[in-house]
Amino acid sequence: MSLSSNGRETPLLEIQNVKTHFRTKRGVVRAVDGVSLTLERGRTLGVVGESGSGKSILVRSIMGLLPMRNIVREGSVRFDGTELLHLSRNDMRDYWGKEMAIIFQDPMTALNPVMKVGKQITEGLIRSLGMSKSDAFANAEKLMADVGIPEPTRRLNEYPHQLSGGMRQRVMIAVALAAGPRLLFADEPTTALDVTVQAQILDLLAAQQRDRNMSMILVTHDLGVVAGRSDDIAVMYAGRIVEKAPTRSLFANMKMPYTEALLRSIPRLDQPSHTRLQSISGLPPNLLVQSVGCRFAARCPYAVERCRVEEPALVESDVPGHFYACHYPVGSIEWQNAQDRLTTSSVVAGGH
Amino acid sequence: MAAPAPELISLTSANEISPTEVVTPRKKRRWRGQLGTVVPVVWITLVTLGALLAPWLNKVPGIRLLKYDKIVAKKGLTPSAKHWLGTDEIGRSILSRLIWGGRVALAVGIVSVLVALIVGGFIGLIAGYYRGKIELVLMTLASTILSFPALILVLSIVAFLGNNLRNIVAAIAIVAIPAFARQAYAVTLAVSQREYVMAARSLGAKNKRIIIREVLPNVILPLSAYALVITAVAIVAEGGLAFLGASVERPTPSWGTMINDGRKLLVSDPSIWHISMIPVACMFLTVLSLNLIGDRVRGLIDGKESKL
Repeated sequence: MSLSSNGRETPLLEIQNVKTHFRTKRGVVRAVDGVSLTLERGRTLGVVGESGSGKSILVRSIMGLLPMRNIVREGSVRFDGTELLHLSRNDMRDYWGKEMAIIFQDPMTALNPVMKVGKQITEGLIRSLGMSKSDAFANAEKLMADVGIPEPTRRLNEYPHQLSGGMRQRVMIAVALAAGPRLLFADEPTTALDVTVQAQILDLLAAQQRDRNMSMILVTHDLGVVAGRSDDIAVMYAGRIVEKAPTRSLFANMKMPYTEALLRSIPRLDQPSHTRLQSISGLPPNLLVQSVGCRFAARCPYAVERCRVEEPALVESDVPGHFYACHYPVGSIEWQNAQDRLTTSSVVAGGH
Repeated sequence: MAAPAPELISLTSANEISPTEVVTPRKKRRWRGQLGTVVPVVWITLVTLGALLAPWLNKVPGIRLLKYDKIVAKKGLTPSAKHWLGTDEIGRSILSRLIWGGRVALAVGIVSVLVALIVGGFIGLIAGYYRGKIELVLMTLASTILSFPALILVLSIVAFLGNNLRNIVAAIAIVAIPAFARQAYAVTLAVSQREYVMAARSLGAKNKRIIIREVLPNVILPLSAYALVITAVAIVAEGGLAFLGASVERPTPSWGTMINDGRKLLVSDPSIWHISMIPVACMFLTVLSLNLIGDRVRGLIDGKESKL
């Protein structure tokens, strides 16, 4: 393991001010707009945000998987101390599979329908690790057993359409784990799956991560998915990180009204039945337009004039490691006042 | 012919859904539901075998295949026990000539389509996968060829190079290339965006490998179904050339020339309609069969995809 000059171990992944902009005919889409993150070895980072917040693009941008054309990538991506952002595809190939791997959202489309499962797993082993075919198949069988697939020998000879959704996602995980990556990206690994299988897959990922001492970035739109399964959580909105904290601190003391709104939009069992689900009104901002002020201001119930003109910086709260980007975070006096204002106005308007 | 087939298939397979049989329903499916596929396959097999083996069929005892230019009987005989499909305007056996003529159909339908499939498929695959300048150059080229009226283009190529079989095959291949290129291009565009392509890339696969292992197998299936349809079109195109007098030189028979020669007589003597109508029926059955098989193949591919 490499040590930096001050004697501390360098983090496995350190990204600074990463920007990923798409040049389109209608203008520049700022999908990821200045994101900084750090991930230590063996730790899990949850990246949470709604559709279009740039979380998937961030992951693909870190891996360098985006198409080369009409894309601007800026900033710094350091993997185990090595700068990756400006590496060519050819050089990235040394990292793909062996150092970092990705699990996609939909196992229906992420497995090749005309290739047998066994071939899809062994390809990586034969190619990047130089295994012989029989070694690779023996290894694949072990991998299949590791990810909890019964009768691995038989399954290796089947096509993806012969497997259930959960099984397919397990195969995807086996494919990603095959070459023994140190960093695993899971891009909404359970979104396309049956609710009953979701927990199994997440537990499997956690177990494999522990056994292999991998780091993991778990991307999801569901705060509930990352709640018990990540060490840190970063909340993304419109291409930026708006809150970043150790999981416990985030749930105990969330600062950003957006995080609060996300949490409130999860149905809870302890609420009486027929409680209306809270949703976040409005849509994420148009990323084609360079915004002024806080990006969440237009949908934030507590927003005041300052929010609309001045973009809040990501600042650390009194809890170390807990960052947020909000002028008037949840719990502040101004937030309290806005809260009171909202309650009275809704009473005047006739309640809810 | 094709319309009732899906219903029969669904009925029979519905009957079979019982726990013990559910493992291999396809094998148990009854022949009746498959008639729309079996009959065309049998017909195409017969035509193909006849055409391939024509020079040697004479040597098989019991088969009396005559050389296509041999005059065997009075001209214009209607079908009889001796001459199953009758004789033509100068007394040659129509059946024998049909079998010999199958060679031209086969050359045009298989060789030119195969050449076009490989060349066009390659062009479309490269253009659809790499995009950018390569795409612009290749697809503009394809569109340019496509913008010529096909038959005129074939006719001018054949007229320029001379009307022998090789040139006819080449001309039809050239015209079919852009059609395959566009089809392969469209499918490749879609397949390249699939997550399994990105997944393969994320595991370190190189472009060449991704194209061959991930993209090509998913492109070749719809392309083969398309090839069956284009085979039918190519066979008809040969007929079109014959109509314009640009098919193979007489006395080598092709279905197109047989139809065209018979057609001229039809005006003066309608009683010998069989001279033109038998090759017409032969070409019709072949084209229909190819289309039915093509439909079935496409259905199988779609079914495979919808099961995903």
